[in-house]
Amino acid sequence: MTTDRGEAFGFDEERPLALSDLADLSGLSEAEVLELVDYGALSPADATAGQCVFTVRSVTVARAAHRLREDFELAPDGVALLLSCLDRIRDLEEQLRALRARLPRSAGTGAAGVGG
Amino acid sequence: MKFKDYYATLGVERGATEAEIKKAYRRLAHKYHPDVSKEKDAEARFKEVAEAYATLKDAEKRAAYDQLGRHRPGEEFRPPPGWGTQFGDAGSVFEDVDLADLFAGIAGHRGRGGQRGPSGAMRGADYEARVSITLEEAFHGTEVSLDLTTTEFDEHGAPRRVPRSVKARIPKGVADGQVLRLPGQGGKGARGGRDGDVYLAVSLRPHRLYRVSDHDLFLDLPVTPWEAALGATVKIPTLAGSVNLKVPAGTRAGHHLRLAGRGLPTPHGGAGDLHAIVQLTMPSELSARERSLLQELAAASSFNPRQHLE
Repeated sequence: MTTDRGEAFGFDEERPLALSDLADLSGLSEAEVLELVDYGALSPADATAGQCVFTVRSVTVARAAHRLREDFELAPDGVALLLSCLDRIRDLEEQLRALRARLPRSAGTGAAGVGG
Repeated sequence: MKFKDYYATLGVERGATEAEIKKAYRRLAHKYHPDVSKEKDAEARFKEVAEAYATLKDAEKRAAYDQLGRHRPGEEFRPPPGWGTQFGDAGSVFEDVDLADLFAGIAGHRGRGGQRGPSGAMRGADYEARVSITLEEAFHGTEVSLDLTTTEFDEHGAPRRVPRSVKARIPKGVADGQVLRLPGQGGKGARGGRDGDVYLAVSLRPHRLYRVSDHDLFLDLPVTPWEAALGATVKIPTLAGSVNLKVPAGTRAGHHLRLAGRGLPTPHGGAGDLHAIVQLTMPSELSARERSLLQELAAASSFNPRQHLE
């Protein structure tokens, strides 16, 4: 068995990414990427005439769009709607996680005695 | 090669119509798709379902699958003589091959991730993996070992399963749920196509002391009532070692004492904060002296914390 080594990179950078690179990394065609931009599922960092520039943050969204399109056989508007719903769920889960982190681990209700 | 019962995976009869197969797939995809499911083992179950559907939705592949005959799931078998040459470029060598690879080769498809470019160049397939690391590993950065089985194609297009081990360096400051990319560590490209990537979803294991929100850490800090009332300097653990924390006089239960920059590092320098949440804690048993002093305090104090309830 071969063993390879690699450095893992995050997608949370604001580094610009060309439309063709986003298409290559996500498995979507350039036309599909632009259609998702029209539906608001992807936001270009800089949309100038004839050229769309994204950031590397868009890669995870575009890859999810590709998976959902392939696996649920959805049209681009359906993909955009599902991405929007998943984004809201993720956002709510993050808020829940943040609130839980702020609660003491032992938080709870003890049995209270009632005096006369 | 091990047999897989694609019909059983989708829960349909062998004579199911195309519509019945699609309906069964969609029902299972809604239940197990990793982007929408919270089911245990959803990812593994969805892979099985997607593999079965990829073959049974395509008339040519389904016919090829049906000609393999009936076997028990997991049973070792070989396709009947002539099967490989009858069905496209699926090849005739069946050693080290997974059933899915055979059908991926039919009708020019390469399965999930592989893409054919305009010059015939085939980009290698992408792979997705998950890894769970400790907070300490996220704080310092770490190296994880991934065992992958990638599919490679020889010059005749015949598929071959290749077990590979990838050591991935994870940078410090990775957040829970973050997806990282390992460029070029996926399936091998063909005809000049670039190699695929590995996408690594990282989760942080629960820690016995800290709770995590983004790059901030939260720690319960037990404090005695007299430390809270009078103020104190207490030693608390951080991921970089112990530090002294000043508990101001008059601290109340639930107060957050923030240690700036003592949380998880962020990717561009800097770090989140560590929040110590004060918990007033009483001794489980009082000594006679402690009881006496508290009784003296109770008698001397006019403080009424429930005044607003009256």
